[in-house]
Amino acid sequence: MTAQATGTDILDVAREQVLEHGVPLRQEQVLSVLRTDDDRLPDLLALAHEVRMRYQGPAVEVEGIVSLKTGGCPEDCHFCSQSGQFTSPVRSVWLNIPELVRAAQQTAATGASEFCIVAAVRGPDDRLMRQMREGVAAIRAAVDINVAASLGMLTHDQVDALVSMGVHRYNHNLEAGRSYFPQVVTTHTFEERWETCVMVKDSGMELCCGGLVGMGESLEQRAELAAQLGELEPHEVPLNFLNPRPGTPFGHLEPMETADALRAIAAFRLALPRTILRYAGGRELTLGDLGTRDGLLGGINAVIVGNYLTTLGRDPRADLALLDELEMPIKALNETF
Amino acid sequence: MAVEPVASPSSPGTWCGQCGEAADSGAHIRCALRAELEPPRWCVHCRRRMTVQVTPGAWTATCVRHGSVEQATWS
Repeated sequence: MTAQATGTDILDVAREQVLEHGVPLRQEQVLSVLRTDDDRLPDLLALAHEVRMRYQGPAVEVEGIVSLKTGGCPEDCHFCSQSGQFTSPVRSVWLNIPELVRAAQQTAATGASEFCIVAAVRGPDDRLMRQMREGVAAIRAAVDINVAASLGMLTHDQVDALVSMGVHRYNHNLEAGRSYFPQVVTTHTFEERWETCVMVKDSGMELCCGGLVGMGESLEQRAELAAQLGELEPHEVPLNFLNPRPGTPFGHLEPMETADALRAIAAFRLALPRTILRYAGGRELTLGDLGTRDGLLGGINAVIVGNYLTTLGRDPRADLALLDELEMPIKALNETF
Repeated sequence: MAVEPVASPSSPGTWCGQCGEAADSGAHIRCALRAELEPPRWCVHCRRRMTVQVTPGAWTATCVRHGSVEQATWS
């Protein structure tokens, strides 16, 4: 008797457990999904899509991001071209408030409901917090869009300050599973990241917390990241695919295989059935146009449109046309999943 | 006429804006591919590293000697 007939096939298990009962896959189950053969990939993606549609619906959340402070970061995240510790060609630069507002306006013009302000820092200093206060106020006065932020590790006072500014969502990624994290970052710990995430959740802000795949981690460690994100229960998980940056310690790695990336998307969806799962950096390189479409039909229900922090993205018209073709409406401002 | 810090047909420059190596030191095939997803980082005229600001719909590259150029990435 085959595993499938006895009901031990992971896709059968996931259909019953996740789709029918809404119970996320556990770490060892996620690992089984990540190990599925290529010939099962279409079935896996179809199941992940069913789960997304049942628990999140057809709408897609569209977001734009911008770097308020680029480069010169004291941390050593090995995937990042903005660390001041590497020989990356990215130089430090600050965005002024009028340009920040213009970026929010550009983003809103695509129909996006989210605009995330990002700074390459360990955590915000007084100057950055002043810039944030001024910038968020200027955006809220000029643009009808939700403002999110990603400023590194926070203190309780900084969390409170961001809430008072009207920042509704805060991004702080785990980046990698706990066991692989020391291979990715040495200047701070996984636990420090976790503490900021918990503070954000406790504050009432929505937590956006994801990570990267394709950094040389094992499948076990990839499954571990999914499970630890599930434990944290963020409102949104941005899923990045490593885009190897020149001059960084991970600059020599090859982009991950498209099929592996799609398996990761489906696995994260089955581990996080009620979470917004967003395409973040690296999808253009790893998935291309066809893979982007497959991922949207395999568990993804949010996208970043336009450019990233230091690299360029697809023309938003291509993404919006694809959503239209797939009959996936853009999530409206203030709409909840 | 002012010279921009990025390559143009009329002013290709001496250095590759993507890798910073001499523009005539090879085919720079990977650099050409990279340019589809990345703004230039080196001034093509003086090889200085530029400050580059990327926004959702554009990028601006600035060389302290050869000035700034902004390029929209969607209309």
